Amino acid sequence: MAESASRRRVYWRRNLAVSAALMGLWFIVTFVVSFFARELSFTFFGWPFSFWMAAQGSLLVYGGIIWFYAHYMARLDVEHGFEESDD
Amino acid sequence: MAKPRDRASTTGTHASRAAFKRDIDRIYLWYMAGFLAFVVTLALLEQIGLPRRWIGSIFLLGSIGLYAGIGILSRTHDAVEYYVAGRRVPAMYNGMATGADWMSAASFIGLGGTLYLTGYGGLAFIMGWTGGYCLVALFLAPYLRKFGQFTVPDFLGDRYGGNLPRLLGIVAAILCSFTYVVAQISGVGLITSQLTGVQFELGIFLGLGGILVCSFLGGMRAVTWTQVAQYFILIVAYMIPVVWLSVKQTGIPVPQVIYGYQLEKVTALENKLLVDPGELAVRQVFAERSAELAQRLKAPAAALAAQRQEAKLRLEQLQAAGGSGAATDIAAAEKALFGLPVDPQAAIDRWTRAKAVADAKAEPLNGMVPHGQPFTGDPDGSPEQREAYDVARRNFLALIFCLMVGTAALPHILMRYYTVPSVKEARASVGWSMVFIFLLYFTAPALAVLVKYEIFTLVVGTPFDQLPAWIASWSKVDPSLLSVTDVNRDGILQLNEMNISGDILVLATPEIGGLPYVVSGLVAAGGLAAALSTADGLLLTIANALSHDLYYKMIDPNASTARRVALSKMLLLVVALAAAYVASQKPADILFLVSAAFSFAAAAFFPALTLGIFWKRATGIAASLGMAAGLLTTGYYMVTTQPWLRSVFGVTSPVRLWWDIQPISAGLFGVPVGFAVILLVSLVTRRPDPETEDMVEYIRYPRLDADGR
Repeated sequence: MAESASRRRVYWRRNLAVSAALMGLWFIVTFVVSFFARELSFTFFGWPFSFWMAAQGSLLVYGGIIWFYAHYMARLDVEHGFEESDD
Repeated sequence: MAKPRDRASTTGTHASRAAFKRDIDRIYLWYMAGFLAFVVTLALLEQIGLPRRWIGSIFLLGSIGLYAGIGILSRTHDAVEYYVAGRRVPAMYNGMATGADWMSAASFIGLGGTLYLTGYGGLAFIMGWTGGYCLVALFLAPYLRKFGQFTVPDFLGDRYGGNLPRLLGIVAAILCSFTYVVAQISGVGLITSQLTGVQFELGIFLGLGGILVCSFLGGMRAVTWTQVAQYFILIVAYMIPVVWLSVKQTGIPVPQVIYGYQLEKVTALENKLLVDPGELAVRQVFAERSAELAQRLKAPAAALAAQRQEAKLRLEQLQAAGGSGAATDIAAAEKALFGLPVDPQAAIDRWTRAKAVADAKAEPLNGMVPHGQPFTGDPDGSPEQREAYDVARRNFLALIFCLMVGTAALPHILMRYYTVPSVKEARASVGWSMVFIFLLYFTAPALAVLVKYEIFTLVVGTPFDQLPAWIASWSKVDPSLLSVTDVNRDGILQLNEMNISGDILVLATPEIGGLPYVVSGLVAAGGLAAALSTADGLLLTIANALSHDLYYKMIDPNASTARRVALSKMLLLVVALAAAYVASQKPADILFLVSAAFSFAAAAFFPALTLGIFWKRATGIAASLGMAAGLLTTGYYMVTTQPWLRSVFGVTSPVRLWWDIQPISAGLFGVPVGFAVILLVSLVTRRPDPETEDMVEYIRYPRLDADGR
């Protein structure tokens, strides 16, 4: 039982850690970049950079965050023996 | 509670799931081919002279018939099939269904226009409506799937115990979903009436028929497979005109990649328009009009009396003069006299509104901020400009926040993640949702820029008698949607002489680009698919909240499955009719109500759901109080600040904005209040019992063995 409790704790801690890191990235892309939007208006392939970030860049990062989390957690499930069985 | 439950475990074996997915793949490939053949056939028929009205009707009836057909094929009485599509929807298809569920009439029809009118400011919707899925993926979807029940109030009821949290969940779910569904149904009415020329009300009921046959017969199962079909139509319909515009303007068929350069050109054109003598003349006319109104508003009673006197005099002169053609002049003069405001108060109201319009029209670029410029005002300018800049930036960030958190709390979206076979698939499914939503949201800003370029180059600066045909045809439909007036009488259209409503932009894009009518029909069918798919999901959410949560869980826990499903179907009918009735009354400010739904959902659900998963110490009383406090704070702020709600509730106190935040972002206050109340009250109430803690433990791990290891 003790072994199982620690296994759970490590799994949950790592889940929280990766979630926090990804949320940090999410926060920077969303709020920090938008906050400094006027300052970041240099040209980027025709777009002002802050416009591109809001219209495309941030969306790419969001997609990346979600996919990374899904893969990371799928691996974490297996490492700690919490993966779902197939029956 | 602590024991792993059958219904929550992975559905089906790997092999059976793979075989199921292969079948589905094959069906949808045939469907796509059939759909494209259908469109090509119609295009050919148009070339040999099929009338437009027919094309519109074929699109309308064809697509509604298709959705109804899927409903009939997927009919079911089984509770798991009815409520969560048997929990075997593959991640990718659930992502597609979520995309259609998510993208409503507002996204499809309204977003392009909003971006056209507000430029960078409108990108708050793009970021908010996509970034919210990060919250769904990290904080909600996998855990709700592991929990494995049927609805969002289910989770609140089981996690927090007792009926109060469940009841609050039901109330909030219905509040958000009902306002949202009314907006979808008015969208359906608008499109069907424009597509086929039937009356708005009749259009509503036609569309409703399609929704009902589908969700009535097959519940979540039918809705899911219909939404997949609808996604395909809506995305194809959205892409074709934008790709066409891109090819026309740049020669490159990938608008999303190339429109940065078009934006550069738009900015250059904007700079030219700022100093264009014609534009300046038009703005001068509006500025004078505004000044005159301001003068009148200083002494409204006297100004009104003077106007009445003048109108009377003119009427008398005309009557005295008589002669041929006098009748029409007299009628016009009478109309002018009787059209005057009845009393000084009415005059003040009318003139204040007119002055606001004139003020807006006196602004450069027809009141639009330069497309690529973030925020109005100027951080280095005068104190007023600095203030305007700060407020614009603050509201931009606040709106993003509310839309994101609201996205992660709308019950009809969260419900979709109950339908996948496993936790792992739930996580992947959010990724797929993002991919499919992304396609449209990546394109919408491109559409806005390309259309703006088209309008700046081909419409603005063109003599009135040589304007493109779409301007006349759309202003004939409804002048409030599109109108042009030669204000400075120079015979040339200036930007500020044009009024265009954001709502028509996407629907008119095929005509703006000069595409055949079949594409206009396709775009309308796409808008219809967007509205119907969202309405499907919302109606089901409401009906399930009532039949499953209220009736089965709270009133009659012994109700048989068949009875529950039957009840849900009946409620679906009642709710749909009620929503159609409200929509046919054309309530004001429907767009505001939709945005309000996000703030309400955010404040009511997000704190209670996330703390319920991530903090074992959160207690039932705290959650109930937190949900109530969040809802009340949001509601209070909206009712006291939003003009339409103020008039509904008869609020007369002066508007007091908190930190200049617009009422649309009221959730900015509700969400932190909700969190704070749950945190504080939890700490002073008794710890949840061990069974609840076990349940939280249970949902945190995709699989726990029977002995809890």
